[in-house]
Amino acid sequence: MERSEGTAMLEIRGLHASIQGNEILHGVDLTVRPGEVHAIMGPNGSGKSTLAQVLAGHPAYEVTGGTITFEGKDLLGMEPEERAREGVFLAFQYPVEIRGITNAYFLRSALNAVRKHRGLEELDPIDFLAVLEEKTKVIELDEELINRPVNDGFSGGEKKRNEILQMAVLEPKLAVLDETDSGLDIDALKTVAAAVNKLRRPDNAAILVTHYQRLLNYITPDHVHVLADGRIVRSGGKDLAHELEARGYDWLRAEAAV
Amino acid sequence: MTGSARRRRSDGGRSMSAATAGLESLVAAYREFAGNGAGRAPEWVRTLREAGIDGFGAMGFPTTAHEDWRFTTVAALAEGGFALATPERADAASAIPPALLGSGRFRVVFVNGRFDAGASAIEGLPEGVTVASLADVFARDASLAQTHLGRSGVHERNAFAALNTAFAADGAYVHVAPGVEIAEPIEVLFLSAPGSARTVSHPRTLLVVERLARASVVEVFAGEGTYWTNAVMEVVVGDGARADVYRVQQEGRSAYHVASTHTRQGRDSVVNVHPITLGAALARHDITAVLDGEGARCLLNGLYLGDGTQHVDHHTVIDHAKPHGESHEYFNGVLDERSRGVFAGRIIVRPGAQRTDSKQTNNNLLLSEEARADSQPQLEIYADDVKCTHGATLGPIDPKALFYLESRGLGKEEARALLTYGFGAEILERMDVPALRQRLERIIRARLLEPRR
Repeated sequence: MERSEGTAMLEIRGLHASIQGNEILHGVDLTVRPGEVHAIMGPNGSGKSTLAQVLAGHPAYEVTGGTITFEGKDLLGMEPEERAREGVFLAFQYPVEIRGITNAYFLRSALNAVRKHRGLEELDPIDFLAVLEEKTKVIELDEELINRPVNDGFSGGEKKRNEILQMAVLEPKLAVLDETDSGLDIDALKTVAAAVNKLRRPDNAAILVTHYQRLLNYITPDHVHVLADGRIVRSGGKDLAHELEARGYDWLRAEAAV
Repeated sequence: MTGSARRRRSDGGRSMSAATAGLESLVAAYREFAGNGAGRAPEWVRTLREAGIDGFGAMGFPTTAHEDWRFTTVAALAEGGFALATPERADAASAIPPALLGSGRFRVVFVNGRFDAGASAIEGLPEGVTVASLADVFARDASLAQTHLGRSGVHERNAFAALNTAFAADGAYVHVAPGVEIAEPIEVLFLSAPGSARTVSHPRTLLVVERLARASVVEVFAGEGTYWTNAVMEVVVGDGARADVYRVQQEGRSAYHVASTHTRQGRDSVVNVHPITLGAALARHDITAVLDGEGARCLLNGLYLGDGTQHVDHHTVIDHAKPHGESHEYFNGVLDERSRGVFAGRIIVRPGAQRTDSKQTNNNLLLSEEARADSQPQLEIYADDVKCTHGATLGPIDPKALFYLESRGLGKEEARALLTYGFGAEILERMDVPALRQRLERIIRARLLEPRR
């Protein structure tokens, strides 16, 4: 059963979103409170990634109805960079390679953009290096990758770990992990999960978007939601994930259609 | 059909007399040059010059009907009006902008194609390293240069290189004896300071790095006004040796820059060429790298920036003549406003050059709707056990990358600037001279990231 105490960090109400004129989300409702981890599961094409992208403000998606409130502010009225500065972070399913810009330089630019927004002093390269070293240890990322161009020539696992490093450095209030488990072998999956667990705090929250239950063996969610055909068709506790693993998604789709 | 629509553009529209005016005046200038002061050169140099002017006369200025010149018209040069540049006044040295001089200890400076001893610094070179002006070499001990000057045959295939050879009078001569390594780069500055007339200079560089030796050279081309630089560089690298060639072309915005660089390397040797092209209204650079020994490795690592109406053309040939060679070629272009970039990269793998590993990429970032890039890879492979890849991209800033950066908190402008700068930084990162890299980073940052004039 869902708990309902505490103030919501994120409130999604009746969200409709389309891409190129095709509506993908047909009215999604979701409430996330500080300290919570939510898993959003569902079959391919259910709209999971669309929801993640809409939260981050991807310009290709058009929101045609509903509201998203983040810490009392209208998230949909913000540019992608404002959302990031307010504390929303999307770990990309397919991280982008940035030619010529080192991970270290990129991360410092991003962190300083966020710090500036929060009224904190910008970090010089030396102070930043100290932050980075500490975070790199948490993620167990090869330090050599710090001075390589962002994601350029990284393996699939390195790219995903790099997303988690960015998350660790930027310390978002709400982290949205879009299929961070896809394409990872079991060791890489465990490392990424361990890093996410280490970064859990009572005042931040996470949404894990995933197709498979296996990530949830390592990160225990407080709530599990099933998204099918653009709607949340079932919500429950962590046991729901196990049920989905055993029964698949079709029974829920059939129920929803009734 | 209206009259204006029928009017033809480029070479087709020029009258024959205009097209040959430049050629005729250059041949006349050569006769005058060969007949007076230049006569001090040894016999073999004079013979080489004759071969040069004959070759130029036979080939003439290329037109856009030539396959290699399809995208680049040199009509402005063919029409003539460029007088041979003359040695500059005595105070030229003091007029050299300090920013053009590197921080290194060794430097040769040429003003209007002629050696400027006052601005140069060649004292204290290590044993086995010779740095001199070619004019000096011709006057004193020409045998040093005779073995290699013109031996690339570049003047037999390229009209501009032939013209340079005809007027070969001065330039940089760098020789490193077998087994000698010099860590500090040798700087070569070619500065054009023409007066009121339009002038042409023909700088020539010969770099010879003998067996197991190592050296690096930084060439800088700069100047002011309307002039034409017609440069040739020949690089000869012995077995097990290494040469690093950095080349910064930052000519004035009204200048014409045409150049040929030819490298030939021996067994297990390394040649790295870094052409950075920033200046000139029209820039054309032909690079030929011959991997003439087993296990040779070659890097061509180039960057070109264009804005206004700049036209930047690179034609490269990597010639794998022997087995087990490895070549990497990276050219990035950033083109803004109405500028145009041309890249043609030919890779030849000769019969028997098995186990060749060759990789070519050319990425062009187009910052305006009017900017244009043409990229032409060309593979000629005559061996069966080889690995050759090539790829080219052209287009505006990638919206996926832009969103990625924005989603991390960077503002749109900052994200665009970072992605633009990255195109340059990717090339600069492969350069091994930190002081030069930093200088170029500053220039490129200012050029790409600061608001337009």
